Amino acid sequence: MTEEENKAVSSLKDIAQSIYDQIDSGKIPKMTLPLRTKSNIRFNPKHGVWKYGKATGARSAKKVNGALMLLRTMYVLEFIEDMIANSKSSTLREMYYISEGWEKAKFNSQDESNMLAEDLEIVTSCIREDFKLRPEEDGARVIGDLTISEMDRKGRLKKINCRDDVGDSGYGIPYNVEKEKLQFLSTNAKFVIAVETGGMFDRLAENGFDENFNAVLVHLKGQPARSTRRFIKRLNEEMKLPVVVFTDGDPWSFRIFASIAYGAIKTAHISEYLATPTAEFVGITASDITNYKLPTDKLTDMDVRALNAELKDPRFADEYWRGEIETMLKLNKKAEQQALAKYGLDFVTDKYLPEKLTNMSILR
Amino acid sequence: MSSIADELAKKQKEISVSEFFERNRHILGFDSQVKSLIMGIKEAVDNSLDACEEANISPEVLVAIEKVDANEFRVTVEDNGPGIVKNMIPNVFGRLLYGSRFHAVRQSRGQQGIGISATVMYGQITTGKPATVVSKTGTDDVAWRMDIMVNTKKNIPDVLKEDPFIWDGKEHGTRIVYYINGRYVSGKQSVLEYLRQTAIVNPHSRITFTDPDGKRTTFERATDKMPPATKEIKPHPQGLELGTLMNMAKDTRNKNLSKFLQLDFSRISDRLAKEICEKAGLDQLVNPGKLNLEEQKRLLVAIGAVKIMAPPTDCLSPIGAQLIKKGLRNVLVDVRPEFYAPPVTRDPKVHSGNPFLVEVGIVYGGGLTKDSQVQILRFANRVPLLYQQGACVITKSIESTDWRRYGLEQRGGSGIPYGPAIILVHVASTKVPFTSEAKEAIANLPEIQAEVELALKLCGRSLKTHLNKKETKSKTRVKFEIVQEILPMIAQKSAKIVGKPVPKLGGTITKIMNVVWIDDAVAFEKGRHKIRVSIYNYTPQSQKFNLHMVLPPGSFDYKGLQFFPTEVRDDGKASWELQKIASTDRLDVNFALTGLNKDDYDENEIYSSGINPVMIIGAEPLPGDWDVKGLEITESVETPTTEDEEEEVDYDESTEALNDD
Repeated sequence: MTEEENKAVSSLKDIAQSIYDQIDSGKIPKMTLPLRTKSNIRFNPKHGVWKYGKATGARSAKKVNGALMLLRTMYVLEFIEDMIANSKSSTLREMYYISEGWEKAKFNSQDESNMLAEDLEIVTSCIREDFKLRPEEDGARVIGDLTISEMDRKGRLKKINCRDDVGDSGYGIPYNVEKEKLQFLSTNAKFVIAVETGGMFDRLAENGFDENFNAVLVHLKGQPARSTRRFIKRLNEEMKLPVVVFTDGDPWSFRIFASIAYGAIKTAHISEYLATPTAEFVGITASDITNYKLPTDKLTDMDVRALNAELKDPRFADEYWRGEIETMLKLNKKAEQQALAKYGLDFVTDKYLPEKLTNMSILR
Repeated sequence: MSSIADELAKKQKEISVSEFFERNRHILGFDSQVKSLIMGIKEAVDNSLDACEEANISPEVLVAIEKVDANEFRVTVEDNGPGIVKNMIPNVFGRLLYGSRFHAVRQSRGQQGIGISATVMYGQITTGKPATVVSKTGTDDVAWRMDIMVNTKKNIPDVLKEDPFIWDGKEHGTRIVYYINGRYVSGKQSVLEYLRQTAIVNPHSRITFTDPDGKRTTFERATDKMPPATKEIKPHPQGLELGTLMNMAKDTRNKNLSKFLQLDFSRISDRLAKEICEKAGLDQLVNPGKLNLEEQKRLLVAIGAVKIMAPPTDCLSPIGAQLIKKGLRNVLVDVRPEFYAPPVTRDPKVHSGNPFLVEVGIVYGGGLTKDSQVQILRFANRVPLLYQQGACVITKSIESTDWRRYGLEQRGGSGIPYGPAIILVHVASTKVPFTSEAKEAIANLPEIQAEVELALKLCGRSLKTHLNKKETKSKTRVKFEIVQEILPMIAQKSAKIVGKPVPKLGGTITKIMNVVWIDDAVAFEKGRHKIRVSIYNYTPQSQKFNLHMVLPPGSFDYKGLQFFPTEVRDDGKASWELQKIASTDRLDVNFALTGLNKDDYDENEIYSSGINPVMIIGAEPLPGDWDVKGLEITESVETPTTEDEEEEVDYDESTEALNDD
């Protein structure tokens, strides 16, 4: 067993021991966890990201849901211990399906099992990889003049240039992007542009944006996976590349930016590993909608609720975001990245991005 | 010059009853196409059921409707009753106001002898066709078939055709076939609904219905027991009217006043007759027929001034709690209601000299619709009332009852309540005071309304008890699941992971529950009701208390008991003085009931005493009127439990707040 594995096993045993002791002394067993809500995230000045605050809640056996979560926790502990002992690993989805055999303790949804894995990370200060749990490949892609070395399945280091050595779909980000697996060797790029949709990523690639403007294109594929965020963070820190985020212009895209730049609520316990505090938002902004007269859709009820929730989100509590959110509410409209195609396929790379990036002093 | 009076006199002539009703058919309920079809069948079926019951035959009634053309239907109603002797057939079916029950003081469906002949008359008016009656009595070898019309001018039957024939396979019975203009519908006011409701309150009958599309519905018997035959009684003097008294005095065969009072009325004894005569200042031996108006008035006042016993009640035929439940069950199988409130049958009371009694049943939950008004089933002398719901004393009584107290929704505490329930009300009387000859609604007499309201409240109370029980049970069942299933598994798993023996759960369990939980079950096996009452002491202290149950009288089985009850009384009230139950221990009380039908007992009624009622779930505190003589009551002192820990917020298990996307 490696040192990490030892630490993981002993901290998991501590959880079981605490539950055992509480029952043994006639108490109602409970686990204390930080409240994972937006009202309990605080700005951490040291790392420049948002992490959980001090508020905690008790998951107690007094209520059925709490009791079931404690029982599931015991099952998960047992499962992880087994994997570590037998040198296996599983995907989060596999763990969800394994729970089919746990009768009452069976998970109702994969969200529930993912959450529990995160809870264990929080309580033990380990990360899920220590527990032999990994996410599914999410297929986020990279195109640009960036040379990396990656350890392949056979344990050999492979040198890859993300522009010259890859096909049309680019370099696929693996789920583990830590140093022992992946190293950045060199780059001529001047900045990283993280793109929400596959359609826009392909547009920028086809138009040669990476070469013409010395950019590394990273596809976010919606709300980005941990590995994508970690990859961006490392590029930013180790290669000193500024990061810009280019998304649709809707409330959900604001949250994508927040999870890259400030840290996601769900993973606030490891924000310092995942978030890139210097990342900047290119657009589509609410003002772009009027400035560029973009084709729009009306906000749905859910959109409006999301925007109002963002007004109460501490991460958005600054003048810039307040303005953006309020403007969008006032317009009652949202726009997609690809709405820029109204002015032709080249508009985004010839006009929109150069204009905006110059204003942001990314391009000179 | 002839006077106007002479002119008018030429035009004045007698109108026969038949002519009168021909022109005023709505009085008899034939006022719409839909209703006429139902009314005709109702009259025929009422007659069939009355005849069968009088002859003590389990009724078997067949009803069929065939479509002749757009408006015309051919209706057949056949029974297995005693049959009608040949020379009476024309009068029964072809003459209005001819019948055997008009003068009788007893409970029956038909009273005036209008119904079936009115049906024949209405049929012939609308289609021009006679009715065909077939009847055979048990003693005759042949049956008779007659085509009959009502001669409306003279109110006598016209027999167009009559033949004797051999009715194959039929021992006795009557069949009527008539043609009628009408409209066939389905729904709340329909032939099928009428027959369905008839089946509910006549569970001893088997009714088969074939609709115009040929679809057959059979309501099977729910019991083979016939209702006890009703006795005919003499009029009760209470509420007697002068005219009635005068007629009775003129017609009586008893030639002295005392005998007349004793023999022609019910509940007048020798002593009472003497008292009445003295009060009226009349000689006991005077011939009642010779009394003048003044003397008769004095007699009536005297009758009103003495105290007379309530009329005998064997003239009434209540359906009874058990059969109401069975009847409802029988036709509600598809709905699967969760609860049948034990039906209430009130003791008989009197309205204007006529005995009456009220019965109420309530059905709740299951497949019944939740957000509409409750369904009201009204019955008078075992006959469903489908029309004029708003004008009926039953509806008025339901509306003026505050159902919010009994667990149904009702805006402002009056009006027809809302909820998944059926309320059944049956009024039985020697004379049901209908609002009209169509017999669609019961008149709003204060005596009847008071009785209906009382019965509704009694039945409503059992509904509320059931609903309360259900709520506390479901709340506690959740916790029960934690301590019985989830917690032991948590303990076991955690012990396995840390490699230690499984810890004892007692302390944790009592902290989570802190109640005595009673879980009970009834199972019917091999003719016995097996009853289990499990008592879980989930409090930190040991508990000792008494358990009480209400069981059907005489059914308790003393064989094979582990815990003998302290007493089982004749009225079925049983008590146990339980042994001490240690904290987190469980005690099972098992016993059986014998000699009952499956449906007779399906929910346990459990009470406790000698323990703080808030400590116990699954048993009600013993009511004050139980009379716990012989049982020692010890008040146990409970330290109030404080919420010692858990100042913390409950961890929110919903994932809603966590999703960034």
